[in-house]
Amino acid sequence: MRISILTIAFSALLLADSLAVEPSEILDDPRHESRARELSKALRCVVCQNQSIDDSDAALARDMRILVRERITAGDSNEEVLDYVVLRYGDFVLLKPPFKKTTLVLWLGPILMFGMALLGALLFFRRQKSATSLMKCDPSAELDETERKRLNALLGGQKK
Amino acid sequence: MTAELGLFALTLAFAVALVQSTFPIIGATKNYISWITLAGPTAITQFVLVALAFGCLTKLYITSDFSVLNVVQNSNTSMPLLYKVSGVWGNHEGSLLLWVLILALYGAAVALFGQNLPPALRARVLSVQAMIAIGFYLFILLTSNPFERVFPPPPDGRELNPLLQDPGLAFHPPMLYMGYVGFSMAFSFAIAALVEGRVDAAWARWVRPWTLAAWCFLTGGIVLGSWWAYYELGWGGWWFWDPVENASFMPWLAGTALLHSCTVVEKRDALKSWTILLAIITFSLSLLGTFLVRSGVLTSVHAFATDPERGVFILALLIVVIGGSLSLFAWRGPQLKTTGLFQPISREGALLFNNLCMTTATATVLLGTLYPLFVDAVGGDKVSVGPPFFNSVFIPLMIPMIFAMAIGPLLNWKRGDLFGALGRLKLVGISSLIVTGATWAWHNDGPVFATLALGLSAWLGLGTLVELAGRIKLFVPGAGSWARVCRLTRASWGMTLGHMGLAISIAGMAGAGGWTQESIQTMKPGDTIKLSGYDFTFKGVHQRKGANFTSAVGTFVVHKNGIYVTNLSAEKRNYPVGKMQTTEAAIHTTLGGDLYAVIGDHDGNDGAYVTRLYFNPLVVWMWIGAIVMVLGGVLSLSDRRYRIGAPRQSRHGHAKELEAKSMI
Repeated sequence: MRISILTIAFSALLLADSLAVEPSEILDDPRHESRARELSKALRCVVCQNQSIDDSDAALARDMRILVRERITAGDSNEEVLDYVVLRYGDFVLLKPPFKKTTLVLWLGPILMFGMALLGALLFFRRQKSATSLMKCDPSAELDETERKRLNALLGGQKK
Repeated sequence: MTAELGLFALTLAFAVALVQSTFPIIGATKNYISWITLAGPTAITQFVLVALAFGCLTKLYITSDFSVLNVVQNSNTSMPLLYKVSGVWGNHEGSLLLWVLILALYGAAVALFGQNLPPALRARVLSVQAMIAIGFYLFILLTSNPFERVFPPPPDGRELNPLLQDPGLAFHPPMLYMGYVGFSMAFSFAIAALVEGRVDAAWARWVRPWTLAAWCFLTGGIVLGSWWAYYELGWGGWWFWDPVENASFMPWLAGTALLHSCTVVEKRDALKSWTILLAIITFSLSLLGTFLVRSGVLTSVHAFATDPERGVFILALLIVVIGGSLSLFAWRGPQLKTTGLFQPISREGALLFNNLCMTTATATVLLGTLYPLFVDAVGGDKVSVGPPFFNSVFIPLMIPMIFAMAIGPLLNWKRGDLFGALGRLKLVGISSLIVTGATWAWHNDGPVFATLALGLSAWLGLGTLVELAGRIKLFVPGAGSWARVCRLTRASWGMTLGHMGLAISIAGMAGAGGWTQESIQTMKPGDTIKLSGYDFTFKGVHQRKGANFTSAVGTFVVHKNGIYVTNLSAEKRNYPVGKMQTTEAAIHTTLGGDLYAVIGDHDGNDGAYVTRLYFNPLVVWMWIGAIVMVLGGVLSLSDRRYRIGAPRQSRHGHAKELEAKSMI
């Protein structure tokens, strides 16, 4: 089972601690079992908070785990199993939300933001280039008399 | 009496904060010396008062004073002393008190050790600190009073959540808060600079140590939490992309970006307004993290709407702080003049690229964390955003950044030679390809990402070594490498260790994420299970009694090729007061991987138990890498230049500058 550190640190969420996949659920064919584990990690336990059915000890998660294994044993491909589960529980069970209208912002957001950041950097360099010719650099002009004295005192203090 | 004294001290601290937030900052503008000098004493007084309040609450916990509601809800006479003390911050009210305590501590530190700051800047910084504190004092006094009495007092308390009764987690919140709240220093300096209208190298030198200290604490706090999850939750997971984890990860990402952009301000007098903005963003994310965790909004938008008192207060605070500071930035930011110019391919350019990736990553985590809430709030379908989403977006963002991390330090300031740098990394590139290929040949059953990550880890680690070797001229005969090693500044060691630490951690994450082996079964005493070449023999279960729990202890003897390796004792604890069970995994750590055993439920009558055995490769590298990173931060923090706080060009930096000038 899994609980996030801070949830309990802050809201003292009470959860009994027993562990997820039980030996009786495990399939005989190790290839089937490893596919079941992989799929379980991508499916949300719908009565839990942000837990996959692979980590959850809720009764419903157990039922879903068994359902996934049944479909695999029946010869479904991974996609078919997911489609089957989604048909019953809705998109909400997918921890990786499908790409559709309501998740457009979610999926395109990161790409858009990276693009905007790149564009921002590009504009920054362009503006800097045009500013170079106009600007006269004179860093010392920023310090007034008292500051310069203070700076000198500090610098002098460090030289032995 | 103690509870009333605590509340009185807290109220007084609030009053002092009111003075501290107004007089010094006005005095700094009007140049009233006496008002400016008020900043130091008020900050120290405020700290003393909050410390008194915190001390009172701690005393109530240690003496188990069950006439105080907070103690009743989170403590019990049978708990060990350590957890009575950590119970103080293991709850909503107490953790907020810890928040203001740390805020006041940072303020007092500026007052005591910031003697070389210009008095006006110091006054402004401390005033801004007090403004933040006022928000939190009001929050505590109006909605979350930890000193509330209860009548009649019950004979005993309800106990701290057993999962929190753990040495690792006892210190997790204080570390995390030292980090969160530490970024308030960067924020206060940023606001002070905006008010003053000036940012220069000296400013960056004053901000950097505070940011660095906060970063070290936050890194430590996150790692402590992750480590706890690893050994306590019973199946070896260490990061779940859970909203509350993300709440601490976002300030970390933004804070890391801030550290890097501060360097550019300090050395090159460029990226000033960007750095100010980053400082504001970083602290805003710390506040947002507090809001997310504290308001109950994560559990459900509807739960938040039905009991909105606390949530609305934090939301209002958030809007005032973030909105106010961003408005100030929009108004005063454009006036900050930059003198340092640089080409895209340069050290500054590389640091900017780091900032680009880090902020996009931060925004991505923010988007993923808030998206379900957002969709729910506008009444759309329910959406789940879980680990598979974050992994598939976050990891691709990190790959170019880590790739660039090996190149950046090899570039010169102002204008760098990309092909020269790549040329120096030729051997590193070949080595990391060999690492990737060898991993693939040895274990092609893991995810592709893990294989690539090992290659990237080698690239970054070796690349960092090449940079270090170049700086000390290791392969130049007669260059006096040893003397050069001694002359390296601690800040530069900080960079080397920071990058090295990340490389080591990446290897750990790849190993644990890619090749964990697991075996779940029912075992009778005497049964042996083979896993990753180790033979685990189950020796049965015996009962043990702890201070406030009973425990079933399952013992395994582990052999490898017939040679004894270790004994593993995994526990399943039962806490009668809290009516909860916890697992205590048994872990045997080696450099190659952790042997990890967990005991489950009783199965049948012949002493059989459900057991879970794991081999988690390279996990310890993750913790070692994190320690190296923090060590780098601490070393850099101890650099003499920052302690003096005076702008002084190091000899090394000066030489670089001349070199760069001669190239133009």
